[in-house]
Amino acid sequence: MKSAQEGAAALSHIQPKRGSSLLRNIAKRYDLYLMLLLPIAWYLIFHYGPLYGLQIAFKNFNPAKGIIGSPWEGFGHFERFFNSYYFWRLLWNTVSINLFSLLIAFPVPIMLALLVNEIRSKTFSKWLQNITYIPHFISVVVIVGILNVFLSPTGPINMLIETFGGTSIRFLEVAGWFKTIFISSNIWQNMGWQSIIYIAALSGVNPQLYEAAKMDGASRLRRIWHVSLPGIAPVIVILLILDIGHFMNVGFEKILLMQNNLNLESSDVISTFVYTTGILKGEYSYTAAIGLFNSVINLILLLMVNRFARKTSETSLW
Amino acid sequence: MSKQQAIRKTSDERVFDAIVYAIAAVIIIIVLYPLLFIVSASFSDPAKVLNGEVWLLPKGVSLEAYTNILQNDKIWTGYRNTIVYTVVGTLINIIMTILAAYPLSRPDLPGRGAIMVLITLTMFLGGGLIPTYLLVKDLGMVNTMWALIVPGAIATYNLIVMRTYFQTSIPWELQEAAHMDGCSNWRLLFSVILPLSKPILAVMVLFYAVGHWNSYFSALIYIRDEALHPLQLVLREILMISQSAAVEGGSVGLEDQILLAESIKFAVIIVSTLPVLIMYPFVQRHFVKGVMIGSIKG
Repeated sequence: MKSAQEGAAALSHIQPKRGSSLLRNIAKRYDLYLMLLLPIAWYLIFHYGPLYGLQIAFKNFNPAKGIIGSPWEGFGHFERFFNSYYFWRLLWNTVSINLFSLLIAFPVPIMLALLVNEIRSKTFSKWLQNITYIPHFISVVVIVGILNVFLSPTGPINMLIETFGGTSIRFLEVAGWFKTIFISSNIWQNMGWQSIIYIAALSGVNPQLYEAAKMDGASRLRRIWHVSLPGIAPVIVILLILDIGHFMNVGFEKILLMQNNLNLESSDVISTFVYTTGILKGEYSYTAAIGLFNSVINLILLLMVNRFARKTSETSLW
Repeated sequence: MSKQQAIRKTSDERVFDAIVYAIAAVIIIIVLYPLLFIVSASFSDPAKVLNGEVWLLPKGVSLEAYTNILQNDKIWTGYRNTIVYTVVGTLINIIMTILAAYPLSRPDLPGRGAIMVLITLTMFLGGGLIPTYLLVKDLGMVNTMWALIVPGAIATYNLIVMRTYFQTSIPWELQEAAHMDGCSNWRLLFSVILPLSKPILAVMVLFYAVGHWNSYFSALIYIRDEALHPLQLVLREILMISQSAAVEGGSVGLEDQILLAESIKFAVIIVSTLPVLIMYPFVQRHFVKGVMIGSIKG
């Protein structure tokens, strides 16, 4: 990083700093722009293009007339959504699944990283890490397939329950179990992978701090609390902000696979609703409005949390 | 006194270590058990699996499930399609990501800041599912492999990781020296930068390839033609069919399908996951580096 800046300084020293020099600079590096041409075009089309298309949320989109030709509708689609009987169910499911994930799943990788950091045998800690990474690379389809097998009436979990004298539970068909299963299987799949970043941050903590704490008579737990945790606090804050930035976008590919008519009561979230109503039933304008509502909440949350973090901990995304 | 204290401390330490190892062991069991169960079940007699007789080791070893899979045309088609999508898709991903990351890593690129803002913003702003779907549809990509490849050509996060790697791990002096010798930017990229970037390229190939291999949702939206279905969609059909039939009360015609699905369920999980797991050890040692680079700000 440093050498790059020095290099830039050295270069700007060679070139005269004048208004017309910008054009000359650009001309000189035309091949760099040539490289960028395709990626920038791609960003404009596939990221900014849909932003342009979002206007259909305020229109009555008619495929024959196109985005521009379709008549304006105003906030009608939003009103219809807010007044529909499933609005509160969708909102509650979306918010609660995310909130519980944040409260329960977010701390797990941090604890795992702290645990890995306390293991003295290098080989064992490597094994632990590599094993816990594996589920991250398994597809959601397979994960949900495994869940179906494990939680079926004849699966290992129910066998275990029956061995201890309980009655088997049809986990995937009971709405009350949906969130527990969804979140705990997410933890199972991702805790190892998400802990990498904390483990990396922990390896950067100055060892002298541990020595000093040890000299002062701090126990292992106290050293974790007073040295390890503060050492990775900035990383925790950044990841928390990023997570909240995606607050309303639960892993809906997985929810869609886990969903059935019996657990719909607690598995129906905004994004799955947008898919089933928008793509499958073709109500494009209506669901584009719902998607926009979702994104706006996300953005507001992100801005709020980032501001809060900047004020309180001096760590923020920008 | 001090000796006593020292002894107490070491016994405390020992207890602490014991707890740490115990927790670690429990975690390993929780992560590994489902995986081992699936492997065992795939080699077992399906009837014994259904009766809950399989706990850890295979019971009534049989390769029937695997031979069944080998005869299933849908799985073969899915496999072939997924390989094509993964290879072509990853190639395009890597080329596009390099083309964006390299110029943006250059401190002497005028307008770099503005372009970075334009790109980073897309991580937080998006049109969402419906406008994206309509766009892909308008571009005529529906029901072609391009719908699965082109809209995801660059993952912004990966782009930032790669750019950061170019900036931090390749000495700027090297690039400057090459420039002095009259080396063009293209040649610089191919003969200096890329050969020095093998670890990050390996990680990127893994991330992108795994993404393509595991993705089902874009195919669910964009691919209508069954002959173009990727493996994950075929899998979804096989794995979910008994579930939905159980929920909705299976009809007679479904019965056979359920039994077939039941017997090949486990084997199909193994067969579809194997390629990823084979690839995994080769790049696994680069993970920490790749993820760490991604975490650096700027």
